[in-house]
Amino acid sequence: MLKQYWWKLLSFLLLLYAVTYGFYVSIPETMILQTMRNLFYHVGMWFGMFTMLTVSFIYSLRYLKGFREENDRIAIEAVNVGLMFGFLGIFTGMVWANFTWGAPWVKDPKLNGAAVGLVVYLAYIILRSSVEDRHKRAKVSAVYNIFAFVLWIIFVMILPRLAGDSLHPATGNNSSPVLPMQLDPSMRTVFYPAMIGWILLGTWILQVRIRVSKLKQKLEEY
Amino acid sequence: MLLKRELTHLLLKEIRLELKQRYVLNGILLYLVSTVFVTYLAFTGTITAETWNSLFWIILLFVAVNGISKSFVQENPARHLYYYTITSPEAIVLSKIIYNLLLMMILSVLALLFFVLFMGNMIMNPGLFVTALILGSLGLSSVLTMIAAIASRASNNFSLMAILSFPIVLPLLMTLMKVSGSALTTYSWSGNIALIVILLIINVAVILLAFLLFPYLWRD
Repeated sequence: MLKQYWWKLLSFLLLLYAVTYGFYVSIPETMILQTMRNLFYHVGMWFGMFTMLTVSFIYSLRYLKGFREENDRIAIEAVNVGLMFGFLGIFTGMVWANFTWGAPWVKDPKLNGAAVGLVVYLAYIILRSSVEDRHKRAKVSAVYNIFAFVLWIIFVMILPRLAGDSLHPATGNNSSPVLPMQLDPSMRTVFYPAMIGWILLGTWILQVRIRVSKLKQKLEEY
Repeated sequence: MLLKRELTHLLLKEIRLELKQRYVLNGILLYLVSTVFVTYLAFTGTITAETWNSLFWIILLFVAVNGISKSFVQENPARHLYYYTITSPEAIVLSKIIYNLLLMMILSVLALLFFVLFMGNMIMNPGLFVTALILGSLGLSSVLTMIAAIASRASNNFSLMAILSFPIVLPLLMTLMKVSGSALTTYSWSGNIALIVILLIINVAVILLAFLLFPYLWRD
């Protein structure tokens, strides 16, 4: 049993560690004070969202290869979990931005990239609900998913170039203390485990959702 | 070679169909003129180069969505079945993209004419602006053709067309606005070469994706 579920236990332990020691670990003195600890939680949402959307993209590709319904189920459920992470990322970011930049929403390429990602996948869900036939729905939405994901990645990549400076670190000033490569060693001990923990948690939620979706379908057919 | 022959026939068919149903084309043209006129009345006297630029591309986007959304719904499904038996899906999607490219070229030139007529000419670097216009027409026609194909498979076609395409068309649109924005404010090309390369990359990526993905939409 442990052999099969070790990663769930690992996810639980890593996140338990992140939400306790994350508030205790010593952080460097910066202008943003204690809010810097949000790094462990806010950034984790983006890692989760990105992982889930990538999973969905891969399973849409696989669906088009063999038209197996199982792959379509994983694609849609991964989008659902990705959207959940996306909204949580926006909310945790708003709280943080309100404190550090003075407003919950500022004009920033990273924010816009995330917002567009959410809109793309909300449109994906609406597209799914407007096709009646199950097989047709799976095929059409897989095509849209692949098309949209590639263009979204291009968008996220070129945005910083178009918008100039970002308030987020990593594009403009490279001396920011919250960049992964500049991260304080003591913060690293929480940051990396937390990221792995969030991604594992996302995978766990995805697994549960897939199981629920399967059961629902069985009930319907019954 | 076969693809080339199929393409010419399909393209001619598209053009003939358009000329036969003249009211569709006229409708889009009138839509274009009235939108430009509404913005002219709303923005008289207060227009700057930045607003000019944003308004131009937003209007062109709406016109393009309107013009291209019909691509796969104007003929009845039985006819599509017939095309399926005599030609390849790649030829269908390429012919639609090329046809919509021609349509977009005409529409964007007309949009430019009306814009210059009503809002004044603010373009300082015409060469750069025309480059943006050509790459924009190609990009908009290929992205929107693909989205029209997707939306045509679902009910509620028109509003789907808008919500599916707007977020997807953004990388293209924002790069275009950046390039044409600098065509309005400077004479130089420097600094725009990288953006033009980005536009080319987006166009190639979209056409490649359309080529690979359309066969899956086509088969029912």
